[in-house]
Amino acid sequence: MATPAIRMFRRLEGLFCVYKPPGVHWKLVRDTVQTNLLKGLNDTPSQPLPHEVRFLVQSSSDGEAAKAVTVSAASVPVLSKHPLVTGPEFQDIRVGVGHRLDVFSSGVLVLAVGNGNKKLNDLHSTQVTREYMLEGEFGTATRDFSHTGPVVERSTYDHITQDKLERVLAMLEGVNQKAMLTYSKVDLRSQEAYEMAVHGLLAPEGKSPPIITGLRCIRFQPPNFTLEVQCLNETQKYLCKLVHEIGLELRSTAVCNAVRRTRDGFFTLQDALTRHHWTAADIMQAVQQYHSAKRERKHSQSLISAPLQTSEGNMAAAQEKERSKK
Amino acid sequence: MASTCAQLCLRCRIPLCSKAVTRSLQNCTQAQHYNTVSKVPTKIRGGLFVRGSHITLQARRGWKQQMCYYDVTAKYLTTEAQENKFTNELSRRDVASLMATGDAVPLTENQTSLDLDAAGEFSALEEISDEEAVSIFVSSDIPPVSISLRDYVDKSETLSKLVQLGVSLWKLEKRANVGSMLLRLDFNTDVAPRLMFLKGIGVEDSRLGYIISHNPFILTETLENLQTRVNYLKSKKFSSETVASMVSRAPYLLNFSVKRLDNRLGFYQDQLSLSAANTRNVVARLPRLLCGSLEPVKENLKMCEIEFGFKKNEVQHIVKAVPKVLTANKRKLIQIFDFLHNTMKVPHYLITKFPQVLNSKYLRIKERHMFLEYLGKAQYDPALPNYISLDRLVSLPDEIFCTEVALATVEDFCLFQKTL
Repeated sequence: MATPAIRMFRRLEGLFCVYKPPGVHWKLVRDTVQTNLLKGLNDTPSQPLPHEVRFLVQSSSDGEAAKAVTVSAASVPVLSKHPLVTGPEFQDIRVGVGHRLDVFSSGVLVLAVGNGNKKLNDLHSTQVTREYMLEGEFGTATRDFSHTGPVVERSTYDHITQDKLERVLAMLEGVNQKAMLTYSKVDLRSQEAYEMAVHGLLAPEGKSPPIITGLRCIRFQPPNFTLEVQCLNETQKYLCKLVHEIGLELRSTAVCNAVRRTRDGFFTLQDALTRHHWTAADIMQAVQQYHSAKRERKHSQSLISAPLQTSEGNMAAAQEKERSKK
Repeated sequence: MASTCAQLCLRCRIPLCSKAVTRSLQNCTQAQHYNTVSKVPTKIRGGLFVRGSHITLQARRGWKQQMCYYDVTAKYLTTEAQENKFTNELSRRDVASLMATGDAVPLTENQTSLDLDAAGEFSALEEISDEEAVSIFVSSDIPPVSISLRDYVDKSETLSKLVQLGVSLWKLEKRANVGSMLLRLDFNTDVAPRLMFLKGIGVEDSRLGYIISHNPFILTETLENLQTRVNYLKSKKFSSETVASMVSRAPYLLNFSVKRLDNRLGFYQDQLSLSAANTRNVVARLPRLLCGSLEPVKENLKMCEIEFGFKKNEVQHIVKAVPKVLTANKRKLIQIFDFLHNTMKVPHYLITKFPQVLNSKYLRIKERHMFLEYLGKAQYDPALPNYISLDRLVSLPDEIFCTEVALATVEDFCLFQKTL
């Protein structure tokens, strides 16, 4: 029989995403979520103690009948099942982390509870793109490409215009598109490759270096600029390096001030739970929302494919009619 | 034929009885003999059949040693259902006959050991009356070795009383030697007097469980020692209510010798150059100071003076207001002070005025400051208009902070956090 805690745990199983603040290690985020979940699970009312019948010896206090011992049957609670003896019902739950974020960066971090960890593997193998906001600043270069690192070089940036920046971005995007074609391992001259490219289904097969699928500048106020990047198989270090290389390409230098992930697969910033909402109740709500969203997505997919079939059916019926007329 | 049958029976019985009590070799041979005799009428069928199943058993023995004999046959010989029944019957008879021999043989190991146990009080042959029979205390089957206190709770009076007091045994059993120490205690002679003593000095009933869960060793301390330590604290002009609250908040307090306690009190008075009343106040508010090591405290004090640049009297003031600074994590303190002083540009005298900020969370301060800065309200100078005190910045809960200090909604604050 499932206790309230187990029933609650089943409702918690699945994927959800949190917003990782900058300057915090992802392990700390995971552990905080885990302890909060355990606290929530173990706060549920525990089952009443089972009773067992035991024969209790009662020695009578009278002097003369000191030896007369009566045995009475009594129903006493089994203390070995007491929560203070057995400990809380859940002492460890598995909380898995999706694509990692390093200490310096912030943003959407996908977490999985219980059997959601299996889905996390599926999510990893379906090469979903992730979206980042990169805050860059022209004028300096540092050893680790972030603004906190030791400064290596300073340069001027007056000559940089938005036009020049966008030309560099377009060049980078083109290079990455080419890389994507080579790593997706399809024959370029085949119909298959054409179909996949039209539907945007090209993805690198197996392991590949980081590939950028989209890159644009959304704010340009020299020396500061903001880039929006969609990419695959990336690390945050690579993105910082990207900013550095853009700076070099523009005959200047640039550092990365912040890396913020705004989307991981279909988990967006709207779904992400901030630090104050990492409680069992809020997480349960987020997981339920994820499940319902998944159901809707499946439903809509079946709706899309259904009309196609019916239209094909109609066409077939029409053709048959024509034939019969002839 | 009879002898081969018996051998086969014997071979098959070894996995069959793997869970049963191991018997001496002599016993086995006797049983074997017994079996051969008992099985003469069914020997041909039984013998044939046993051989067949024995082959399957050999094939599977590698990966299922523990499996019972007739489980194997039931699983792999389902086609011959009728004969299967015979084997089951047979194997059951095997077991039964084994049991019978076990009981019948007078000098088995089991029985000798039983005799030794009982030899102290009663002879097995002596007749006893009903009254005596009732009054014999049958020792409950306490396991001699266990990895958990769970097996002992229902049997041991001490443990069951402790559970009723609210002691979390599952935490205690993880600590080395504590489990066996608790089992050795007797409730009436060891536990009850100490509980009465704790109640006598004014500890509330609800705190007893907490104290013992954290410091089970208070149950092994002698009553005289406990009394002298309480007397010492009282001689230092701690009131009896203070002593009670200190003991209930720092469970290890009464386990330390008077010399050590005196040493600690002297240290705090010297290092902080506080008056006696102030020292008492600081220690009464954070009795943990008397239990822990002094080295981290010294480090924190030096850090406040040298690294942070507080003056001696400022440190004194901070400690008087927030004693927890002394035991706080050094790295976290540095992080908070760095942010307050270098990013928020708060001068030393304001931090001294609101020392509570050093006790709060770094992320909380950071997020709130960034939010106020984004709104253009980050103004921490009391001389200028729209002044926001550090106290209000840190100690207010989120809802009140958003509505009263930042003049925004909680949703806005939440959205802002997602842009950091």
